Amino acid sequence: MAFEGNRRKVSSHLSQNESLVFEKSSPGKKAYKMPPLDVPDVDPETLLGEAARGDLGLMPELSEIEIIRHFTRLSTWNYAIDLGMYPLGSCTMKYNPRVNEFVSRLEGIAEAHPYQPESLSQGALAIIHLLKSCLLDITGMDTITLQPAAGAHGEFTGILLTRAYHQSKGNPRRKVIIPDSAHGTNPATAAICGYQVENLRSNSLGMVDVAQLEQIVTDDTAALMLTNPSTIGVFESEIHKIADILHAKGALLYMDGANMNALVGKTRPGDFGVDVMHLNLHKTFSTPHGGGGPGSGPVAAKKILEPFLPTPVVVEGPPDQDGRRMLRLDYDRPQSVGRVRMFYGNFGMFVRALAYIMANGPDGLRQTTEDAVLNANYIRKNLEDVYELPYRTPTLHEVVFSDRRQTQKGVKTGDIAKRLIDYGFHPYTTSFPLIVPGALMIEPTESESKEELDLFIDAMRQIAREAEENPELVLNAPHATRISRLDEVMAARKPVLRYTPAAEKV
Amino acid sequence: MAYPATYRYTKEHEWIEAGGKIGKVGITDYAQNTLGDIVFVDLPKVGSSLEKGKVFGSVESVKAVSDLYSPITGTVTEVNEELATAPEKINTDAHGAWLLKVEIADPKEVDGLLSAADYEKFVKEETH
Amino acid sequence: MRYLPKSPGERIAMLQDIGAGSIDDLFSTIPQEYRLERDLVVPRQMAESEIVEYFRQASANCAIGYASFLGAGAYRHYRPVIIDSLVQRGEFLTSYTPYQAEITQGTLQAIFEFQTMICELTGMDIANASMYEGSTGAAESVTMAVRITDRTGVFVARTVHPEYREVMRTYAQHQGLEAQTLPFGDDGRLDLAVLEQSVTEETACVLVQSPNFFGVIEDIPAIAEIVHRKGALLIVSIAEAVSLGVVRPPVEADIVSLEAQSFGVALSFGGPYCGVIAAKEKYLRQMPGRLVGETVDTEGRRGFVLTLSTREQHIRREKATSNICTNQALVALMATIFLTVYGKQGIRELATHNLAKANYAARQLSSIGGARLLFDGSPRFNEFVLETSESPDQLNAQLLKQKVIGGRPRSRWYPELGHASLWCTTELNTREQIDHVVSLLQHESEEALTRA
Repeated sequence: MAFEGNRRKVSSHLSQNESLVFEKSSPGKKAYKMPPLDVPDVDPETLLGEAARGDLGLMPELSEIEIIRHFTRLSTWNYAIDLGMYPLGSCTMKYNPRVNEFVSRLEGIAEAHPYQPESLSQGALAIIHLLKSCLLDITGMDTITLQPAAGAHGEFTGILLTRAYHQSKGNPRRKVIIPDSAHGTNPATAAICGYQVENLRSNSLGMVDVAQLEQIVTDDTAALMLTNPSTIGVFESEIHKIADILHAKGALLYMDGANMNALVGKTRPGDFGVDVMHLNLHKTFSTPHGGGGPGSGPVAAKKILEPFLPTPVVVEGPPDQDGRRMLRLDYDRPQSVGRVRMFYGNFGMFVRALAYIMANGPDGLRQTTEDAVLNANYIRKNLEDVYELPYRTPTLHEVVFSDRRQTQKGVKTGDIAKRLIDYGFHPYTTSFPLIVPGALMIEPTESESKEELDLFIDAMRQIAREAEENPELVLNAPHATRISRLDEVMAARKPVLRYTPAAEKV
Repeated sequence: MAYPATYRYTKEHEWIEAGGKIGKVGITDYAQNTLGDIVFVDLPKVGSSLEKGKVFGSVESVKAVSDLYSPITGTVTEVNEELATAPEKINTDAHGAWLLKVEIADPKEVDGLLSAADYEKFVKEETH
Repeated sequence: MRYLPKSPGERIAMLQDIGAGSIDDLFSTIPQEYRLERDLVVPRQMAESEIVEYFRQASANCAIGYASFLGAGAYRHYRPVIIDSLVQRGEFLTSYTPYQAEITQGTLQAIFEFQTMICELTGMDIANASMYEGSTGAAESVTMAVRITDRTGVFVARTVHPEYREVMRTYAQHQGLEAQTLPFGDDGRLDLAVLEQSVTEETACVLVQSPNFFGVIEDIPAIAEIVHRKGALLIVSIAEAVSLGVVRPPVEADIVSLEAQSFGVALSFGGPYCGVIAAKEKYLRQMPGRLVGETVDTEGRRGFVLTLSTREQHIRREKATSNICTNQALVALMATIFLTVYGKQGIRELATHNLAKANYAARQLSSIGGARLLFDGSPRFNEFVLETSESPDQLNAQLLKQKVIGGRPRSRWYPELGHASLWCTTELNTREQIDHVVSLLQHESEEALTRA
């Protein structure tokens, strides 16, 4: 059927069938060369005795060019931000600036050993110190730890801080309230911290049911874990009331900062009643996703939680004779919840996030947030006549549609998502949040130009038409990828999680 | 879909075939259809006790997990070992692929469960 | 702002299209009292050259050009250049978690290769796609063992990295677990007699590290024998992954928690690194983290997908095996490339070089007056504990003046060891550096004698 609109995205590409490195391996091929040993050689068998190893099994042997080709070919099978838009909701797939990569590889930064003397780490400590102060002003909080390795890790830390706080008041409390629209890490985190999860409904506006909240908050409630804006993209306009209800019973308001891209520079969680929150540097602050990580999940909090921060904390030492203060690591924190990981955090991501903040400045950060919200609303306006909008409430940086109209022809959100691939886009988030059956969760971020947005809108409108007139096309998508839909049932029933020589056939 | 008349059913979509002291427990065809391709079944060990209405295991598809609720109180006497390697049997024959055999503590509990006709009606209302 | 692909004209056109008067109309749901009316207090917008200059200064304010003998959980190894050439490709760097398998086969196949290599190196059947790093990997291995055995007793060897043990405490405290510490013997290894007395039918697991925090390789077969007798699980944590090139893998373990930083990951002041959990096949369903599995597409072509997702938070929510979502994928890719570059022969040769350097350094340093190698009878890899007559802090201060960073003092965690420090030599420590530090310390020792 004819395409209406602008169909300029590449829809297929040439590629190879690339074997596994073990299949390309051949004894005697080498990609390395060690310098000559300048100390007396040793025989591992003699030196280690029973602790010595035999051979290394099927570890591969390849030459350098084969390795370059292997991984280069593999890379061409990946979609990436560098290629085009990822409309994934609450993932904030924004541009990963290259200067970030460059500065993180500068010698003194890249080769800094975490245990090297503090006097020789002032540059690294200064980066931590400056990033902390930027994030504190962005969040409106009083204190912060950069130790957690990712968002979920940050949630864990934040709830630990909450528990420590309550414990110091004599009652650790037993329950954490979580909205039904929340990301899976929220209840998983609460459970790991020994809390019972209590569910909070969302109302017809896509916000939490404040009346229900009032009923269920008791002296046994440790905290409410709230995402604001919610996973529907809606700002909790009764946030003041929510905070008051919690604080009246001595409970804390935890905010999942995954959606900070809608707030930076326009409002601050610390100002609207949040006591503790985590940030995702790999979302809001542009550090690269890298195929699934690494991330970084700093936790910012109000002063009341400061004594409980994980150790160590970067502090300024006393001024020296020239009035300069050295930065040092303070381990003397008797009320600390302890460590949540070794060393100080994903330092490489701090460098990148700080470089991002510097490239933007206050005006850039504000403009970024405004563009993110503008883009999402533009998409909403241009798709709301073809996809059902379950919540009419104004939304910020993301919008959630449902597949209700399309399911009448047997087409579901997952199918629409797969068909979107044929138009050169990565799918949006399907089937989340759980409160919207058949959800299409779309977050464009500020990194998309109007041109790219229009191409996305054209593709989505085309697919809506296809769902009406030619549903098979959508149901059997994608058609243009080098590999078609994979058998996930087989992968789960008979898991094969590693290569073994006998069973393989290319 | 015909639901065997000799079985009894629960609103959590389990069935029990109680032919005396020992009953067979499984999930209904409606349940397997909703779940999709089943990839794994997590069942208790032989000798474990079951309590009516409480979770005793789970059934997994690729994208979802569903808890299994015990229809009656009793003790597990046998577990269907076939399902460990071929969970898809539940998809092809839900009413034949039993999960466990249970020694029923109180046979009167079985009488209180839904009949095939009542269950079918319940399912129709659910899907409406 | 150069990262924002919009012209002012386009913004106006889009606002008109939406029917909004100004951009602030779109923020109207934020109550007026919370709207920020001032600029954020962050550095002003900087040119790229200025950003680079800031970080160059920061880099210069960190140790450059020092000979380092630091290890203790983070290791300086040579990073082949092609690692960065490849991981900086946008298709790897800026790609997302491979939930949409058809368009992320690159990431998925690379992870499958990673999982395979970790299994080969550790002697386990299955490995995941990474955890945050070694210490959280060890903590998650412990909670995994607790889930598997349904017991709550946990023992951790005192020779496990102290920061790992601190993390364990943090993780265990809310799960009703109490991790108890087991002492080491005169040989610097876990005390087997005490272990034997301690493990009971209530024990879920015993966690050891090998090579341990003294650089000593533990007697894994003997430990496993004792642990398994009572039906408990053995978890072996490996902090120096290159050791697997010459040290036999802990095949008797039930779970191996590896820190893969040594495989081509920059030191970067402590992170990001790369944890992995590997285990025996039967523990598959209790394994946290993402798993990549092989399958076929509708045409029967081989492909890879994330699998067994029902263990994870996005499906199980509060009943998940872990709350982990984002992992260390790009760092794991660095490790995969590193291992492919060195390969079967290279990993062994690299490890042998490490062994040789440490062996030489240990001999030379222990020959200094007043210095003694602790635990000398036990097998080691590339780290050793040196006892000196002067305090390590004092000696290190002197060494710093000569641009040498000496071994890590033990006193904070093992005060009973007196003036002891942990020294590490890798393939990057030249003979010159080693001889230099020996002569410096020899000099210090002589000075101390004349002062006395």
